[in-house]
Amino acid sequence: MPSSATAGGFLLVLAIVLPVAGALLSLALGGRYAERIAFIVMPAGLAVSIAILVSVWRTHNALQYFVGNWYPPLGVAFRADGLSAAMMVTAALLICGIGLFAREQFFAQPGPEQRAPLVFWILLLAVWASLNAVFIGSDLFNLYVALELLTFAAVPLVSLDGRAETLAAALRYLLFALFGSILYLLGAVLLYGAYGTLDITLLSGRVRAEPIAWTAISVMTAGLLAKAALYPLHLWLPPAHAGAPAPASAILSGLVVKAPFFLVVRLWFDVMPRLPEHAAAQVLGTLGAMAIIFGSIVALRQERLKLLIAYSTVAQIGYLFLIFPLAVNPETSHSSSTVTWTGGILQAVSHAFAKAAMFMAAGLIAEALGHDRIAGLAGIGRALPITVFAFGLGGLSLMGLPPSGGFVAKAMLLTGAVAAGQWWWAVIILTGGLLAGGYIFLVLARTLADASEPLALLSSISLGRQTVVVALALCAVLLGFVPLRPLELLQIGRPDVAIGAVR
Amino acid sequence: MAFDIGLALLVLGVGAWTVAARDTFAAVVGFVAYGLLLALLWVRLAAPDVALTEAALGSGLTGGLLVSASTRLRRAETRAVDERQPASLRLAAAVLCTLVSAGVAAIVLLLPEPAPTLAPQAMVNMAATGLGNPVTAVLMAYRAIDTLLETVVLLLALVGIWSLAPDRVWGGVPGPRHQAEPDGLLTFIAQLLVPVGILVGIHIFWVGSVAPGGEFQGATILAAMWILAMMAGLVDAPAVNRRWLRLMLVAGPAVFLTIGLTGFAVAGSFLAYPEPHAKLLILMIEIPVTLSIAATLALLVAGPPERAPGR
Amino acid sequence: MTEATLYGLCSAALVGVGLFGLIMHPQPLRKILAFNLIGGGVFLLFGAVARRGAAAGLGGDPVPQALVITGLVVAFAATALAVALLLRLFQETGRATLGSDG
Repeated sequence: MPSSATAGGFLLVLAIVLPVAGALLSLALGGRYAERIAFIVMPAGLAVSIAILVSVWRTHNALQYFVGNWYPPLGVAFRADGLSAAMMVTAALLICGIGLFAREQFFAQPGPEQRAPLVFWILLLAVWASLNAVFIGSDLFNLYVALELLTFAAVPLVSLDGRAETLAAALRYLLFALFGSILYLLGAVLLYGAYGTLDITLLSGRVRAEPIAWTAISVMTAGLLAKAALYPLHLWLPPAHAGAPAPASAILSGLVVKAPFFLVVRLWFDVMPRLPEHAAAQVLGTLGAMAIIFGSIVALRQERLKLLIAYSTVAQIGYLFLIFPLAVNPETSHSSSTVTWTGGILQAVSHAFAKAAMFMAAGLIAEALGHDRIAGLAGIGRALPITVFAFGLGGLSLMGLPPSGGFVAKAMLLTGAVAAGQWWWAVIILTGGLLAGGYIFLVLARTLADASEPLALLSSISLGRQTVVVALALCAVLLGFVPLRPLELLQIGRPDVAIGAVR
Repeated sequence: MAFDIGLALLVLGVGAWTVAARDTFAAVVGFVAYGLLLALLWVRLAAPDVALTEAALGSGLTGGLLVSASTRLRRAETRAVDERQPASLRLAAAVLCTLVSAGVAAIVLLLPEPAPTLAPQAMVNMAATGLGNPVTAVLMAYRAIDTLLETVVLLLALVGIWSLAPDRVWGGVPGPRHQAEPDGLLTFIAQLLVPVGILVGIHIFWVGSVAPGGEFQGATILAAMWILAMMAGLVDAPAVNRRWLRLMLVAGPAVFLTIGLTGFAVAGSFLAYPEPHAKLLILMIEIPVTLSIAATLALLVAGPPERAPGR
Repeated sequence: MTEATLYGLCSAALVGVGLFGLIMHPQPLRKILAFNLIGGGVFLLFGAVARRGAAAGLGGDPVPQALVITGLVVAFAATALAVALLLRLFQETGRATLGSDG
């Protein structure tokens, strides 16, 4: 592993600094400038993320940066391996798509400054900055600050329309997030007290299999599970994601809820690469399985479209946690060389695109009809065919049908489950796919049914927004062309690969 | 040692009382006392910087925030039926919490000896920063990125609170109008205290480079003085759409960011300080940051806009 | 027993006391209060760890102390946001509860 900053490491700083600068400038200048600043930052940030990906791929090494030229354990480091780069590009693409989609809804009219547009653009940029900080952070306390930044950016997005239900949902979200933060801090202080550092790379060398390490990791994981809304700590998610405006729901379900999962992966596979974790991993997998089953069943019973999609998020997050019992290869302890590792990450990425598209489609439908009751969706398929098509494409990913990233991801997880001899996860994955098929077809059937009387749309939905939705859904489909074997990109910079493999 | 044991038991007692109190206002008062006792504990733990922060922010500003909230929510309290949880739930919760405490306590006893520490490294590198207070060195040099992000976190919380305002009063003035009573006690205290407090705040910020103190502690005291002046009616809260206010709030993180970026050009890394000018640069960051944080903290307490802007 | 260990045990007890308050009180304002109690306990644990790291002429390891200062500021911001949400909810609905909340 390189012990000095790599060339191009400054890109990591830019990835955080650009959106932060944009948010600060937007607050200072206010009014209509916020949207324009966002539309300058978005392509720039996308370019930076792609540059990071290209740099990581070309050098086949993680990008590293030591802030202020102070080295850990005293200083703070940034590190982007293949996994980070993949997540950052996903975030950038999603933010750009959401920005394009939200432009019409949060367009600042000339005149005195309006609340919702200014707040939305500032918070969108802040979410982006904090996501990048989570993906490249290599210091556990720096990651705590990044998580808090993410929470404070996400919570007001939930209550943006000011209704009582969304205020309550935002407060509940904040309380769960605070609970998670306190647990995370508790674990961090135990790790520092035992090993004298909070840097992930240094910790991986110092952590031993002892009660203090187990307790710290368990407590931090529990805190992160509350933030990731894994069953049974999922209660806050459905009202929050369903109540937020559509572009906000897209980023909340797409990525904000994946950041804590990302950190659990960092903790388990990077900080503790060799600790015996079999029983605990099975616990995480079981919670994931319960999330899949419970979330899907409750989704089937929903009357409102946005709530159905939100419960679907609860279920799809469960798939992510199957990575823990399955991505540990006992012979070589190379986690990232397993097909399950690629499958889990691909599930996170394809779900991000698919769910964002679905929430945005639901938002357009609600805008057109004035409501999002599933029973009243008849005829919308004829009125907004592109939107419903996008919704269906996203649904393919959720169900795990080809061609879609979701299909490849679930197929990889299935392969991993069978190969590891843990066939019970395969049953769960297949059941989850069936249940997802149930609620997706429920909605699609309603939309394609003929309306009893001609449908009068409340407002016309512009082609531009519908195009953005389809584009995001197509991204989820394009991921279906990832080959059914471990993806090399996701292995770059992984510590376990560096130990054994020869390049 | 006996004093420490007594202090620890006292803190525990006050904490337990805060949890057990029926009336929310009483619980908040208990919490303020808890915070002040914690500040004492921090002094016993040889952490005067933290003691100052805990007393001013954790106890003072937080206490003020919670007191005003509990007063405004009083009507909801009297309306709510006295919800006592069933005894079985109390017992289960008590058992759970005892287990949690015991678990953490056991881990505390398992901490390794000798304790790993970064104190030697912090001291060795302090000369390069030109600072005399190691905690300030950690905050402004070694882990400056955390401090920078933290100022952004504060600002975001403020944006979030402002976003709660109804659309028609957006950009307006937070909080109700406090009338200054010419002969009132609060006005009198404020007129005396605020100038003194401002001087104390500036002093504590200034000495933070070599002695306990620093920008967060100083900013908290300045914020408290502004809040006092607003509550006593000496000044009215500014409308949140005022350009000068926005610039004041953003100045701290913006200057921090800019100097950090120039550090890349001049000293080879983001947030690196070229050695001969390190202390000067840190000071150049700290002054606007203190002002920004003071404004942000005061406005966080003031809350979302409630009165429409004048213009 | 050193004072650091004593205060470490005290922090463990404070976490338990605060957790009890968090579970038992349904009102959000009491929960916010409980969060601050627990937070105080966790920060105190940082302090105990810092005290144990006294070396090089310092009374304590400055790194955990600095982390606590950052944490205190963030915790205050969180409390302010939570209180603002609660007050706004009360303004809209006249109730200060989250209904069927855990």
